[in-house]
Amino acid sequence: MSAHACDAIVIGGGHNGLVTAAYLARAGKKVIVFEKRHVLGGAAVTEEIYPGFKYSVCSYVVSLLRPEIIRELDLPRHGLRILPLESTFTPLPNDDYLVRWADHDQTRRELYRHSPRDADAYDDFGRLMYQLAVAVKPILAMIPPDPTSMSPKDLLGFLKLGKHFRGLGHAQFHALHKLMTMSSADLLDEWFETEALKATMSASGIIGTLLGPRSPGTAYVLLHHYMGEIDGAMRAWGFAKGGTGAVSESIAAAAREHGAEIRTEAGVSEVIVRHGRAVGVALESGDEYRAPVVVSALDPKRTFLSLVAEQHLPGDFVRDIKRFRIRGSSGKVNLSLGELPDFTAKPGVGPLHQGAISISPSFDYLERAYDDAKYGEFSTRPFMDVIIPSMIDPEMAPPGKHVMSIFVQYAPSDLRGGWDEAKREAFGDAVVDTLAQYAPNLPGAILHRQVLSPWDIERSMGLTAGNIFHGELSLQQLFCMRPAVGWADYTTPLDGYFQAGSGTHPGGGVTGASGRLAAMKILGGKL
Amino acid sequence: MSPRVFGRPGVRPEGPELLPVFPPEYTAAAVLRTTPFHRRTEALCEAGNWRRWSGFLAASSYELHHDREYWAIRNSAGLIDVSPLHKYRIQGVDAERLLDRLVTRNVAKCAIHQVLYTPWCDEAGKVMDDGTLCRLADDVFRLTSALPNLRWLLDNARGLNVQIEDVSDALAALALQGPNARAILTEAAGGVADDLGYFRLTEGAIGGAPVQITRTGYTGDLGYEIWTEPQHALTLWDALMAAGRAHRVVPAGLLALDVARVEAGLILIEVDYVPSHQAVIEARKSSPYEIGMGWTVKLDKPGFVGRDALMAERARGPEWEFKGLEVSWDAMESLYGAVGLPPQLPSEGWRTSVPVYAGNRQVGYATSGCWSPLLKKYIALAHLQTPHSATGTHLSMEITVEHHRKKAAARVVEPQFFNPDRKRSNPGRADRS
Repeated sequence: MSAHACDAIVIGGGHNGLVTAAYLARAGKKVIVFEKRHVLGGAAVTEEIYPGFKYSVCSYVVSLLRPEIIRELDLPRHGLRILPLESTFTPLPNDDYLVRWADHDQTRRELYRHSPRDADAYDDFGRLMYQLAVAVKPILAMIPPDPTSMSPKDLLGFLKLGKHFRGLGHAQFHALHKLMTMSSADLLDEWFETEALKATMSASGIIGTLLGPRSPGTAYVLLHHYMGEIDGAMRAWGFAKGGTGAVSESIAAAAREHGAEIRTEAGVSEVIVRHGRAVGVALESGDEYRAPVVVSALDPKRTFLSLVAEQHLPGDFVRDIKRFRIRGSSGKVNLSLGELPDFTAKPGVGPLHQGAISISPSFDYLERAYDDAKYGEFSTRPFMDVIIPSMIDPEMAPPGKHVMSIFVQYAPSDLRGGWDEAKREAFGDAVVDTLAQYAPNLPGAILHRQVLSPWDIERSMGLTAGNIFHGELSLQQLFCMRPAVGWADYTTPLDGYFQAGSGTHPGGGVTGASGRLAAMKILGGKL
Repeated sequence: MSPRVFGRPGVRPEGPELLPVFPPEYTAAAVLRTTPFHRRTEALCEAGNWRRWSGFLAASSYELHHDREYWAIRNSAGLIDVSPLHKYRIQGVDAERLLDRLVTRNVAKCAIHQVLYTPWCDEAGKVMDDGTLCRLADDVFRLTSALPNLRWLLDNARGLNVQIEDVSDALAALALQGPNARAILTEAAGGVADDLGYFRLTEGAIGGAPVQITRTGYTGDLGYEIWTEPQHALTLWDALMAAGRAHRVVPAGLLALDVARVEAGLILIEVDYVPSHQAVIEARKSSPYEIGMGWTVKLDKPGFVGRDALMAERARGPEWEFKGLEVSWDAMESLYGAVGLPPQLPSEGWRTSVPVYAGNRQVGYATSGCWSPLLKKYIALAHLQTPHSATGTHLSMEITVEHHRKKAAARVVEPQFFNPDRKRSNPGRADRS
């Protein structure tokens, strides 16, 4: 062994890599994390790109972060503060609007204004989704069993799963069946009649997915987003004080306290394989590190196709990983603003500026946006999920000034003719131009603009195709098939090599669940 | 719109106007609605003690303690703003058919200007809500409910010739409750309600405001509910307060009402039972038989929602009953005496779940309770497993005595702790049906 020896090496200092490192270190392992960039967090970062203005560069809200991770790693003690995100405001082209507030009665009144029937249905729908999220939640905290295996452990896993689903009531079971098979548009059409409500709700079903609201399978993504939980309340979204990077920083602080070493600007070029076993990594700098456990928190393409030479892996496995769908669908625009947007639909400054602003007036609007992407263009009138972090955490911008985070879809990774700087800026122009239709003062208020296309997200964050989930949350890529059948339990065909990124069960979002389950697997089932 | 200030009428703090955090359309009054009587109730609510009721701001008590308001309900008259109730107008040739399909009581037998109290159930026979149903004309009904029911009504009305209208905002309502209620109405409405029978409706005018008067209420006392269009609300309030002055009418809040309704053994949704469509687990749902509404279930009428399940349940007998508990004064005295204290009494109604035991085994739970100032008894409403629910059964209820959990002896009684003759009687009429 060389001088550079430890118990485990984690490749990638994104939130999942940091979670794995923290749990391994907590269990007494000597762990070292290598992060290519100068900042930790991967896609969960806060950066001050324009002086005084802090951007949650990619991921921008918190909800899916598993409560057990917050508890077990004691993240609040390490600085994590989750502030409430209060409402969702959907301005409409006819200068009307729809708001869903934090307050139940206030939301009911607002929905009632659009459709008295929907006001009743909204509560019933919320309850059903709550029940389903509760039903599905245990699966999130479970290492997927292998359907091809006859081992008692895997069989027991499926037995437990079967028993769990038998425990569901008829109504819930049928609803779950629908969720697993329907499009979010069809599902929501069964419940509601207000177009803006349906479209805004369906947005959760398309985020991070190169599908439109009318594509089957999107209903599940909707449920995936319902599984967020804050303080025991399901479907609660929040904003991390200091931006999403603060989530990563708090996990890193917990890992360091347990003795993990974390290196930035230390990109891994290769996993070193000896006699069919991963034994360490080589850095871009040429340094080599050895450890009996090597964990990749990168996406499956990078984990298996970039870091490991193909001859070390079984051919059918390589084929499965090559087939793994990881198309980028979204971009991100971050703005520094001299003043708040003034919406013609609801002029002035109000609490709605403290919540999400959704550009999702109708299914047709969203589906047209998807049509652009289907044929290789970015949406000229895109879906947008906007928040103004400085209205939630004043430290995100200088007093009186603001930052705006705009999640934009669709921006396909395989843009016709490929992405370049001009196309990226044209995409940014389309975003600002679309928002200006609802808030005409916006273009004049912009002090600085950062536009990220999938191409930029891949280049700077290292997410293949800029896919925010490390692989689409389509049904054929979930649970025991994520990322490939037989290799959903965080192990890989290469002994000593493990995977911990969002490309494993239970998938995307800043959940940390993959990182935690990977650590559990590495530690023999116990944390 | 200037910032709203709670306080004694006419008393405003000195100094410059408050700088609002957000524009006026975002104040509390915009988050929670105010009823058509708000200009009067706000001025009178010296305690600034408000709570949420169906998305409206409702006075908990007008004074810092609700005592005077409670005693008005039992000794003179209390005036309670009940506008936040949900109200639906159901009209059409199939209106009776629709309602008979939905509710457990027999709507076909409901006379014009009669009011029925009734629950309605889901297919499994579990109670979704309860309210009053009034036949305004042959094919016109008004349903009141605690929760929104528009979608349920519309879904069940498919294929029927019926119009359903949410008239919640089109009707303001006041409850005038207490032994002097009739005398006040005689003065205010010119005697139209003098002979009004229990659970009947009449029409008239009060202070020039056209009103409907029903002999209904939530206090178990002599009382009326008066319905008018919102533009007449303040006129109605002022006229009733003026007519009531000599009869000692007192505006009463929900704290006083809560004690009165526990004394009357009247069940409260979301407190004493969970509406079936809101229950996230099966165990939280209740059938009418389990919550003291068995008398409303008319199994002899043809198909209504939940009938099959309710037939089966009646055949096997319900597992739970909703009964009254009288907590033994002697037990309270000895438990508190052991720590050197006199019994500590809950002067406000409580609404938490409290375990009820037979020996050491938990056989139920109480969901509402209070000290009854009138009966001088500690009373509670409880869900009891049927083997332990017979009137007269000796059980015990958990009480916390100086930070320690104890069991106080309690006796099972019928839930109508207080049920005066005046509630139903009609001195002006020989016929007291």
